[in-house]
Amino acid sequence: MLIKEVSDLRNISQKTLNEMFQISKIKFQVGSATCGLATGAGQTLSFLRELSANQPDKYIVDEVGCIGLCFKEPIVDLRMPGCSRIYYGDLNIYKAEKLVKSLEEGDIRKEWVLYRLDKEKFINEDEINLASDISDIYREITTMEDLNLFKGQMRIVMRNCGRINPEQIDQYIAFGGYKGLFKVLKEMSPDEVIEEIKASGLRGRGGAGFPTGLKWSFTRKAEGSKKYIICNADEGDPGAYMDRSVLEGDPHSVIEGMLIGAYAIGADEGYIYVRAEYPLAIKRLKIAIKQAREYGLLGQKVLGTDFSFDLKISMGAGAFVCGEETALIASIEGLPGEPRPRPPFPAQSGLFGKPTNINNVETWANIPVIIAKGSKFFSSIGTEKSKGTKVFSLVGKVKNTMLIEVPMGTTISEIVYNLGDGMSDKFEFKAIQTGGPSGGCIPKDLIDLRVDYEELTSAGAIMGSGGLIVMDEKTCMVDVARFFLEFLESESCGKCVPCRSGIKRMLQIIHRITQGQGEEKDIELLEEMAKGIKDASLCGLGQTAPNPILTTLKFFRTEYESHIKHKRCPAAVCKALIEYRVIPGKCTGCQRCVSVCPTHAITGPRSQAHNLDKSKCIKCGACYEVCKYDAIAGDAIILE
Amino acid sequence: MDNEVYIIEEILSRFPADPEAVIPILQDLQASLRYIPEEAVILIAERLNIPAAKVYSIATFYNAFSLKPKGKHLIHVCLGTACHVKGANDLLEKFKRELEIEEGETSSDGEFTLEAVRCIGCCSLAPVIRVDEETFGTLKQERIPSILEKYRAKSEGQEC
Ligand SMILES: Cc1cc2nc3c(=O)[nH]c(=O)nc-3n(C[C@H](O)[C@H](O)[C@H](O)COP(=O)(O)O)c2cc1C
Ligand code: FES
Repeated sequence: MLIKEVSDLRNISQKTLNEMFQISKIKFQVGSATCGLATGAGQTLSFLRELSANQPDKYIVDEVGCIGLCFKEPIVDLRMPGCSRIYYGDLNIYKAEKLVKSLEEGDIRKEWVLYRLDKEKFINEDEINLASDISDIYREITTMEDLNLFKGQMRIVMRNCGRINPEQIDQYIAFGGYKGLFKVLKEMSPDEVIEEIKASGLRGRGGAGFPTGLKWSFTRKAEGSKKYIICNADEGDPGAYMDRSVLEGDPHSVIEGMLIGAYAIGADEGYIYVRAEYPLAIKRLKIAIKQAREYGLLGQKVLGTDFSFDLKISMGAGAFVCGEETALIASIEGLPGEPRPRPPFPAQSGLFGKPTNINNVETWANIPVIIAKGSKFFSSIGTEKSKGTKVFSLVGKVKNTMLIEVPMGTTISEIVYNLGDGMSDKFEFKAIQTGGPSGGCIPKDLIDLRVDYEELTSAGAIMGSGGLIVMDEKTCMVDVARFFLEFLESESCGKCVPCRSGIKRMLQIIHRITQGQGEEKDIELLEEMAKGIKDASLCGLGQTAPNPILTTLKFFRTEYESHIKHKRCPAAVCKALIEYRVIPGKCTGCQRCVSVCPTHAITGPRSQAHNLDKSKCIKCGACYEVCKYDAIAGDAIILE
Repeated sequence: MDNEVYIIEEILSRFPADPEAVIPILQDLQASLRYIPEEAVILIAERLNIPAAKVYSIATFYNAFSLKPKGKHLIHVCLGTACHVKGANDLLEKFKRELEIEEGETSSDGEFTLEAVRCIGCCSLAPVIRVDEETFGTLKQERIPSILEKYRAKSEGQEC
C-alpha cells in the first residue's frame, strides 16, 4: 500500500493504537536491544513467545527497543487488560518462568517490579489512559514519574525507544511518526524548513555542535543539481552507545529526519554509514528502509509529490577516524578512510565530488519533532546557546549505568547523583570524562557545571557525542590519559606527521611515567608537545588528541607528580607500582582466591588467613576480583 | 584453495564492477573466509579495474580485514573507556594466558583469534567481551575458562 494522504496515516495510526492498547490478553513486551540480548533477553523472549504460541488466547508478546535502563536488563513490561503497564527488571528466563507461574495464581510478583506507568504519553501531547482504575496492589508500586532515575529526564530523541517495536513501521506511525514529513512536503517550502530548523537552535550532536539549519543552508545553496545527505552512525567514541540505541530502538525517526533534510536541501540520495560493530542496528535499519519503501515514503515521488529520495546503508570497517566527515566520505567511496583538508567543505564538494550534508544520528532523530511540534517548542528547552535535550551514556563507576536524555543545562551533579544514584563501589567520585578521545576529564570541584556546549568547552572538555564515563578514586588519571593516547596512536590514520609521530612520542613518555620511570621534565615536555600537535594536525583527531592529557594535567597534576617524583600510583592502578596482599584480619580462609590464582602465589589451608607470595604474583587481579570479604588489597607501593 | 577461488568469484559476482564496491566485497570475503587471501586482492583489482595496490591499501587500512586466516571463533575484548576503567585489561591478560597467545594472534589449535576492540556499544555492562555474535557483560576472569570451553565444544559438535 502507498501512503498518499494524511488520512492514510491517520487510519494506520488508529488501527495500530487499537491493536497495541485495546488488549484483551496479557501482553508482554521484551526489550531486545543489544544490551538486553547480552544479559539474556533473547532466552526470555523465546520462552514468552513459546508461551503465547501455546496459549494464544491468553498471552501476546512483542519486542521493543531499549528503554535506557541498561543496568536492569533484561527488562520486560507487562500489561493486563485495563491495567497500568508494569516494568520488571533483571527478568532472565528463570525469573520469567516463575513470573508466569505466579501470574497464573494471581500474583504479579510486585517485588520484582521497577515501576508502573498509568498513562501512555505521546510526543504530540496526546495521552492514553492505560488503567481505568488502579488497584491497591498496583498503588503500592512506584510510578515512573516518582522514580529518581527518570526525574529530570525528557525524551525527544528517545521518544519511542522501548515503547514501540522497531521492526513495525505502523507502530512508529501510531506514535506520531511521519507527520513531520507530511507537513514539510504538503505545507512548507524547502527554505521554510531550513528557517524552522535554524529557529529551533538545534546544533549537531556528533561532537562539534555546528548549527544544523545553517549547515543545511550551505548545501542547499551549493551549485549543482545532484546532492547527497549522509547520516553519521559511526559512533566511534568509546564509552558511547546512544546512536546504537536509537537505530536499534527507533530507526524510522532517523529515516524521517533524513527525508525532511533531503527535501530542504534538495538531495535525492542518502547514505547511512553504520559501524560494523552494530549488526543489530544494521538489520533493523534494513527492515525499516524496506518498510518505508513499501509505503512510498522512500523512493520515487514520495507521498505522491514530486520529491524523490532513497537511502543506502554503508557499513564501516573498524576505523575510528572514519567518523570524521571527510574520512567517512572517502570510506563510502571505497577508499581508505583518510581525512582531507577542508575547505572545500563537504557542502561544496563531498561524496563523489557533489555537495553533501552530513549529520549525526541524534541530530537527524530530533528533526521530525522540531517540525511536528514547531521550533518554539524545541528552543524553549535548554540553555541560551544549547537548545533541546542531549542523550548521554552514563557509564563507568556509577551505580545506574544507563542511557539518559536530559535538557541541555542539566548539571553533572544531577546526572551522577540523582539519575546515576552515585558511585557503584565504595570509593568516592573523582572525575567524569566527556567527549571521548577528543574530550577531557572534569574534576569533582566542577561537579555543578551544566552540560552545554560552551560550559564544557570552558572546562577544557567538550560535549562530544555523549559518553559520560564516571571515575572514582580507584581510577588513575595518568592511566586514563595513557589509555586515550594509546587509542589515538592506534587510530591515527598516519597521513600527517604531527598526529602520527607526535602522539606516539607522547605515549612513550606517559608510558614511562606509569612504569615509575618518569622524569621531572616530562610534564613540561608533554605540555609543549600537546600544543604543537593541536596546532599542526590535519583533522579533528590530531587537533583534539592532546585534550585528555591537557585536562588531566590541569586538574590532576599532583597525580602525575606522585608517579614521577615518588614512583607511586595513588589510585593503585598502574601495575608496575602496586602490590597485592592478603589482609589477615579480613581473610576468612575461604580459598576462592587460591583456586583462581594462576601462579599458585596464594596458599593456605581452609579457614585460616591465606598467604600471598609476592615473588610469584603476576598482579593479574583475579584474587581481588573474587574476594567477597575485601580481604585482598592492591596497594600503591613506592618503587625504590 | 580451489574452493577459495570459487567463493571469491561467487562474492565478486554479487557486486557491480564499481570501485565503490571494494569495501563491501572485502567485508563479505572476510565474513566467508575469515581472511583476505592474496588472490582475492588481485581478482578484486581486475574485476573493479583498479590497481591491486589500492585494494591492498584498503585491506590493510581497516581493522576489520585480516590478511592472515583467523581462528574459528573470534574473541573481541573491549578496551573502550568504560571497560578500561572497569578492569578490561586484566581480562585481556587472562585470555592471553589461557590461550598462550598475544593480542591479534590465533591459538595454535586454530580455534580462537584474540582481538582487542574499542567499544562494542554495551558500555553499561562493562567490562564486555564478544565471542562471535555473543556478548558477555560484567565479565570476571573467573568465567573465562568456561566460555572458552563452551566454544571449543561448539566446534567439536560441528565437526561430528
Ligand atoms: C576523529 C573524529 C571522529 C569523529 N567521529 C564521529 C562519530 O563517530 N560520529 C559522529 O556523528 N561524528 C563524528 N565526528 C564529527 C563529524 O566529523 C561531523 O562533524 C559530524 O558527523 C557532523 O554531524 P553533526 O553536525 O550532526 O554533529 C568525528 C570527528 C572527528 C574529527
Ligand atoms: S567501552 Fe566497552 S562496550 Fe563501550
